[in-house]
Amino acid sequence: MSAVTQDTAVSMGRVTRALIYLLLLLFALFYLLPLYVMGVNSVKPLAEITGGNMMALPEVWTLDPWRSAWSTAQIGVEPTGLKPYFLNSILMVVPAVVISTIMGALNGYILTKWRFRGDTWVFGLMLFSCFIPFQIVLIPMAVVLGKLGLAGSVPGLVLVHVVYGIGFTTLYFRNYYATFPTELVRAAQIDGAGFFQIFWRILLPVSGPIAVVSIIWQFTNIWNDFLFGASFGGTNQPMTVALNNLVQSSTGVKEYNVHFAGAILAALPTLLVYIVAGRYFVRGLMAGSVKG
Amino acid sequence: MGFLDIRNVTKSYGNVEVLHRVDIAVEEGEFLVLVGPSGCGKSTLLNMIAGLEGITGGEIAIKGHVVNGVHPSRRNIAMVFQSYALYPNMTVAQNMTFGLEMHGVPKPERERALADVAKLLQIDHLLDRKPGQLSGGQRQRVAMGRALVRDPDVFLFDEPLSNLDAKLRVDMRTEIKKLHQKLKTTIVYVTHDQIEAMTLSTRIAVMNKGYVQQLGTPKEIYDTPANLFVATFMGSPAMNIIPARVVVQDGTPHASVTDADGRPRLLRFSQGSLAAWDGRDILLGIRPEAITDPEGADRKSSNIQALTNRVTVTEPAGSDTFVTMALGGQDAIARMRADASVAAGQTYDFAVNMEKAVAFDPKTEQRIASD
Ligand SMILES: Nc1ncnc2c1ncn2[C@@H]1O[C@H](COP(=O)(O)OP(=O)(O)OP(=O)(O)O)[C@@H](O)[C@H]1O
Ligand SMILES: [Mg+2]
Repeated sequence: MSAVTQDTAVSMGRVTRALIYLLLLLFALFYLLPLYVMGVNSVKPLAEITGGNMMALPEVWTLDPWRSAWSTAQIGVEPTGLKPYFLNSILMVVPAVVISTIMGALNGYILTKWRFRGDTWVFGLMLFSCFIPFQIVLIPMAVVLGKLGLAGSVPGLVLVHVVYGIGFTTLYFRNYYATFPTELVRAAQIDGAGFFQIFWRILLPVSGPIAVVSIIWQFTNIWNDFLFGASFGGTNQPMTVALNNLVQSSTGVKEYNVHFAGAILAALPTLLVYIVAGRYFVRGLMAGSVKG
Repeated sequence: MGFLDIRNVTKSYGNVEVLHRVDIAVEEGEFLVLVGPSGCGKSTLLNMIAGLEGITGGEIAIKGHVVNGVHPSRRNIAMVFQSYALYPNMTVAQNMTFGLEMHGVPKPERERALADVAKLLQIDHLLDRKPGQLSGGQRQRVAMGRALVRDPDVFLFDEPLSNLDAKLRVDMRTEIKKLHQKLKTTIVYVTHDQIEAMTLSTRIAVMNKGYVQQLGTPKEIYDTPANLFVATFMGSPAMNIIPARVVVQDGTPHASVTDADGRPRLLRFSQGSLAAWDGRDILLGIRPEAITDPEGADRKSSNIQALTNRVTVTEPAGSDTFVTMALGGQDAIARMRADASVAAGQTYDFAVNMEKAVAFDPKTEQRIASD
């Protein structure tokens, strides 16, 4: 895919252009301000913050708040820092994203290329799952996890997120594969390729854009989830819950600089995913609607 | 028993029957063209031969083996699709050898087959490209190449030329014909273009609404169409269908048609058996090239009838001039030499080659059999 020249853009005068840039700059500042506040305050000694000026650059630069947030801060009752919870989150997010994306791809493949009686109903029901609020499933989910012996464990959280994510990933892949010519599947059948060979050799290699959409969507949702983590995490709580425990701790002084550092740590992975894969995201979302 | 036998095959979707008792025996090396208007069931029949659609009734046999229910990859057929269906992520070479790979053919053998076919189709220089980097004509060649490397018993083509522009279509048509003459493989070819059907086939099955209307050689289909549908579908411009009455004079049957001024004109039939229809209405079928200026009349014909009539419209088309006149109260088209000087509104003498004329029963729309 090469760069597209925007011949369609209406040509405009210098003044208009300057105004537009000014406006965009203002918006950018507006949105970046919180990040700035978090950034500068996470490298200040606590005294400077409690002293009053949140907006100023630090007089004494220090990385101690970051160290503390990562490895020594009091989370709940243990002075472990966020490190173990970060690991929990990674161990939960990676398998959950991979499994739900693969299952979504398989579902999309079956729902478009191996159609069966009632397939639209199945798809409709899966779509319906996208609209069920988290809170409704809490109790039934707890029962199921208990029966499976997965309560309070990372695999249990993976299962919850996979189940919850399949509706979305199926929707993405189904719509993407719907535009994929069925004749190709027929040609591959005549060529002697089986169900999984067709999926693996013909469909998956062209699924890049939609896989990126699915991965970003799933990653941000699962990483940022608080409710399932707090309800089913047990002792293996994810980062979001730990951050809450760090910030909400009622004992001692509130170490705002540590809180800021912790919050940035919690947001970092999703930020990274967006920066790395973000430009494919829009492309993938467009791919279904506009034929490339 | 043929090489490819289609025996009493029907196809239903739900309780709608879209193919009705199709019965065709294809001999080895034949080029059978299925032709008919959109929605008549050509692709469905082809997909049933390929195994991509289930067979509701009857059976299909290839080389004597009934293939009902046999997986497409085990029927030893290859198919060329209208959209070419090239795998977008693979190179041309990978596209062409994918089927061999799936069938477990060892690599050296695959490479040899690929090299042979690439040379035959002159696509050697394209082997490393992706389908997206090819022109329409090149894609078409690759699609055929993919079918050829398999060395199948039967080739199936579903409108392979309909995505090409007019000039390329004619070139590729010739090429497919050459290829068939060289390889002598059995081919079933679907098209809705009756010229493709006429030029390529050794036999044509004309289909309409799920029925095979007529099965025969191009000449049979063209000269003796079984019914009105076949008569008007095949040929361009279409055959003139003129309301007429049979009049027996001096013991021989004539067609009595009214000219532009409503006067009856008599044209003697070559088929004596039509005398049995004395006094009854028929539909007279005459192809445009059988109505000419007297100088352009077919010298070999044993039955040229003279007709004087007034011209309504003339359409010079370069190689010929098409002339429209009223016959039997309808427009009829005549095909004149390009330099025949005719002008609209004038009356001229025409020569009608009645040897080529056919008669249809207006009620059943079937051709009236002649001896
Ligand atoms: N899956 C299906 N369900 C129901 N009816 C179908 C289905 N597939 C095809 N048909 C019907 O079967 C008939 C034959 O379709 P087919 O595709 O064979 O036509 P065709 O002769 O190939 O036409 P075209 O020249 O437009 O390709 C059509 O009337 C079509 O509506
Ligand atoms: Mg078709």
